[in-house]
Amino acid sequence: MAKQPNKQDPETTGHSWDGIEEFNNPLPRWWLWTFYATIFWGIIYTIAYPAWPLVNKATAGLLGYSTRAEVANDIQSFADANAEIEAKLAAADLTTVSDDPELQSYARNAGAAVFRTNCSQCHGSGAAGSKGYPNLLDDDWLWGGDIEAIAHTVRHGIRNETDEAHYSQMPAFGEILSDEEIAQAVAYVQKLSGQDADAALAAAGETVFLDNCAACHMEDGTGDRAQGAPNLTDAIWLYGGDEATLTETITNSRFGVMPAWGPRLSDAEVNAVAAYVHQLGGGE
Amino acid sequence: MSNKPPIPASTTGIGDRPKRRSILDRHKVLEKNATLLLVFSFLVVSVGGIVEIAPLFYLENTIEEVDGVRPYSPLELTGRDVYVREGCYVCHSQMIRPMRDEVERYGHYSLAAESMYDHPFQWGSKRTGPDLARVGGRYSDEWHVDHLTDPQSVVPESVMPKYGFLSATLIDAEYTADLMRTHRIVGVPYTDEMIENAASDFAVQADPDADWEEMVERYPGAVVSNFDGAPGISEMDALIAYMQMLGTLVDFSTFTPDASR
Repeated sequence: MAKQPNKQDPETTGHSWDGIEEFNNPLPRWWLWTFYATIFWGIIYTIAYPAWPLVNKATAGLLGYSTRAEVANDIQSFADANAEIEAKLAAADLTTVSDDPELQSYARNAGAAVFRTNCSQCHGSGAAGSKGYPNLLDDDWLWGGDIEAIAHTVRHGIRNETDEAHYSQMPAFGEILSDEEIAQAVAYVQKLSGQDADAALAAAGETVFLDNCAACHMEDGTGDRAQGAPNLTDAIWLYGGDEATLTETITNSRFGVMPAWGPRLSDAEVNAVAAYVHQLGGGE
Repeated sequence: MSNKPPIPASTTGIGDRPKRRSILDRHKVLEKNATLLLVFSFLVVSVGGIVEIAPLFYLENTIEEVDGVRPYSPLELTGRDVYVREGCYVCHSQMIRPMRDEVERYGHYSLAAESMYDHPFQWGSKRTGPDLARVGGRYSDEWHVDHLTDPQSVVPESVMPKYGFLSATLIDAEYTADLMRTHRIVGVPYTDEMIENAASDFAVQADPDADWEEMVERYPGAVVSNFDGAPGISEMDALIAYMQMLGTLVDFSTFTPDASR
């Protein structure tokens, strides 16, 4: 094959493999200098940042960088920036938070973040709750719906192992009442809440209700917030108002638990999430 | 084809230009001998590996002593096996990175010592679901049962599959002692006493009415509860027992992070 004349005809590497030779082309300059620059950068980097392992420790680096210090500084810088308003919120009288637009706006937004991180897993990201986990959007409150009561519930929780938690326990009536009496009570509760129920059963259930349930749920079935006893006369049910669910509830009782968030959240965070929940729709 | 004079043949048979025995010429010996190339490649990779990895085992600023970390109790260890079997690590990491957003959401960043008894570790590499390194104590047992049985019942937007079948499989401690012995071989400090009592410790952790004081003495901080609220010990009990202790062992109120790490 005739060789093309070429001014840049480079040297060969000197290898000849079955007559095939290899040009010894110089590397492109830009590539070569980039390569040298990366080596230079690498050396500078290992001097500036922690890198070389020695006997007991690695070199610390001239810049004194550490990921732990960085994250601590990062958190601190946000804490410092919010320190003033956080202190104000922590000390605030919750009933007057809404009078201060700046504080209220901060509390709602901070509270929304706290809610999404800590509360949404049970109460839902939209706070609508689910079976066994109360809806926070409606007007029905088990333990009180004014902002102070909400903050107290958030701080101490319900039926957990802390001493200040809201506590009440409905008896499992399966061991107390006969199946017939339970069926009568179920019918009466259904009638109370405006559902269709067997009239004869419901009439008999009134006695069962007054003897066994009225102490907590009140004679008219409207419940008692001091004991977390739900209002049975409305259409709002935590576990369900159909016959099967009511039978299960009365037979086995329920024991919903909410953790105490006081030990995990700061006072400002508790107040913020209380303000957030209070303004969702049902706050009193 | 070149019009240059032919290159002189090698007299040694290993180099084309025997007169200039530079280091590159010697290198040709390796290039032309596959076995030798393999051996020397392995040596190079080994040196690189030793330089990069070995210091992590002796440098003081990569090994951090913390109080409170203990081997898993028999029930937790079994739950951990359920966790691994179901591939929870595919969607859930157990590694809170030292970044503000993660620390604010999940809690204190993970410490190496917290997974010192994990074989294999469950750091994971992907978060379809949230990080679980500090999920312990965050939710009630009932929530875990509801959530594992039907995740969408409590988190409607969740894409997690249902694990209700775990409640249906009752388990016993038949192989737990063997499992603990195996972990001891790879360095988990299970004592003879712990292994002897494996079966009873396994049973009492899921029974608050039983005599569990000795178990808690052996495994401080172990949560005793009838985790799934149903009679018998199921895989659900074991898995919840494991999750309720995740990330709870180190007392961070007494822990001062060394900023140089």
